[in-house]
Amino acid sequence: MSLDRSDVEKIAHLARMEMDESQIDAYAKDLSNILGLVEALEAADTDHVEPMAHPLHMAQRLRPDRVSEGDHREENQAIAPNVEAGLYLVPKVIE
Amino acid sequence: MQWETVIGLEIHTQLATQSKIFSGASIAYGAEPNAQACIVDLGFPGVLPVLNEAAVDMALKFGLSINAEIGERSIFARKNYFYPDLPKGYQISQFELPIVGKGSLTIDREDGSQKVIGITRAHLEEDAGKSLHEDFHGMSGIDLNRAGTPLLEIVSEPDMRSIKEAVAYARKIHQLVVYLGICDGNMQEGSFRVDANLSIRPKGEEALGTRTELKNINSFRFLERALNYELERQIDLVESGGQVVQETRLYDADKDETRSMRSKEEANDYRYFPDPDLLPVEIDSARLESIRQGMPELPDEKRSRFASEYGLSAEDAGKLTLSRPLADYYESTVAAGAEPKMSANWVTVELGGALNKTGLELSESPISPEQLGGLLKRIADNTISGKIAKQVFEAIWSGEGDADSIIEARGLKQITDTGAIEAIIDKVIADNPKQVEQFKGGKEKLLGFFVGQVMKATQGKANPGEVNKILLGKLKD
Repeated sequence: MSLDRSDVEKIAHLARMEMDESQIDAYAKDLSNILGLVEALEAADTDHVEPMAHPLHMAQRLRPDRVSEGDHREENQAIAPNVEAGLYLVPKVIE
Repeated sequence: MQWETVIGLEIHTQLATQSKIFSGASIAYGAEPNAQACIVDLGFPGVLPVLNEAAVDMALKFGLSINAEIGERSIFARKNYFYPDLPKGYQISQFELPIVGKGSLTIDREDGSQKVIGITRAHLEEDAGKSLHEDFHGMSGIDLNRAGTPLLEIVSEPDMRSIKEAVAYARKIHQLVVYLGICDGNMQEGSFRVDANLSIRPKGEEALGTRTELKNINSFRFLERALNYELERQIDLVESGGQVVQETRLYDADKDETRSMRSKEEANDYRYFPDPDLLPVEIDSARLESIRQGMPELPDEKRSRFASEYGLSAEDAGKLTLSRPLADYYESTVAAGAEPKMSANWVTVELGGALNKTGLELSESPISPEQLGGLLKRIADNTISGKIAKQVFEAIWSGEGDADSIIEARGLKQITDTGAIEAIIDKVIADNPKQVEQFKGGKEKLLGFFVGQVMKATQGKANPGEVNKILLGKLKD
């Protein structure tokens, strides 16, 4: 499987990554090579292998439903670039 | 052309846990902004989500209530998109192996028939925060208290063929989750949110038409209105030669219209993958069995039990089992010694009316079921008439005490002493010779007049049946 320029542009946009126009072809080539590597795995016979969701053979531990976290707003907001009235301020997102 | 409506619903129910789905922060409503957003909710580097056991149990409870397939393993996945109220850049949700698989729910249609609606799946996920777009000098304010709140998203099959069916299904799910105690059902506070998918197709056609998804619907009334608007819009569009575009549309309750949300559709590529921070959840049979043991009686079971055990009509049984508190209230009233049918009337009509008029919830009722039961017992044993009982009801409502003490204090006891009633009747007859003559002349309607006079003289305390009997005997002499 190989990726072309438009695939790379789409992935970059979805990941909100800025990409230098001149580098797109190089990325397309590198990413296609990586996919080629992964494709090699497809040759393996997996008919009798149960699909895996996680490399560890363990089950998720569950937490009792208790409130254990108090109000740490002040500490958390100390490193925020912009806060007001207890809210985190960000550039306006609605059109 | 005849069009057929096809509707499927996605319902987000906020689970009634104490803490968040993956962190120990509180989910209590109405806290100061960001006071309940801990570092896990904020997506700080290095934090690890740990799944809330109660959220899992609540989801399983729902699964059992709709007879769903429940797998031994369930997986959490990341749904990737960027929005400021989603600090991690992904929402932890489920994609493959949701906790609740295929199930179904039976709804009642208006004509009294029933219909089975398929439920595709129900999965656990975390809620996002809230964005406030006003008053911040051109910036948006973000409150992350809601981020990480546990949600169960219930996805139906596109099985509904009318707006009425869609509303009936949504109401039934609402009733069910509240009965199960897994959701408070508060739509104003966003604990129960409905997204609707609607499409149309020519009647008789098999293939589904292009659907639109309606969001932002926070009441059953708005659900009906939004669907009505959207149905009209699609029919007009298609009949005038246009085509429905698959998109997300926002319902604006103020303008009563739906409009396109452009921003979302382009980014509808969520790139789900299993969340490496969370291991597969294993549901063992012991857990499932203990939940099964703790299941409450479900609305449909309760309704048929009410009909058979208390001899109620299907309609009354349905009304009284609409909510668990109401059903409990009714049963406590009967347990207090009241006659079941009489209790059904008083709970739905008198109590329901009084609550409605004063805008109170059942939980705020100034009359306890024991008090109401005590009052109804006095009607049944002929201590007071139904009419006097309404006075006593009002007195209990305004805090004057129990039925017996009010009846005593106000001297409302029905006069059952035949001698006393006779004496009053004799006086009424003696005082109204003209009417007696007319009655005897055939104007039998006047019986009502005499009963009224006797009631007036006894302040309504005479037993009406007794009065009628004695009056007739004396007048027809």
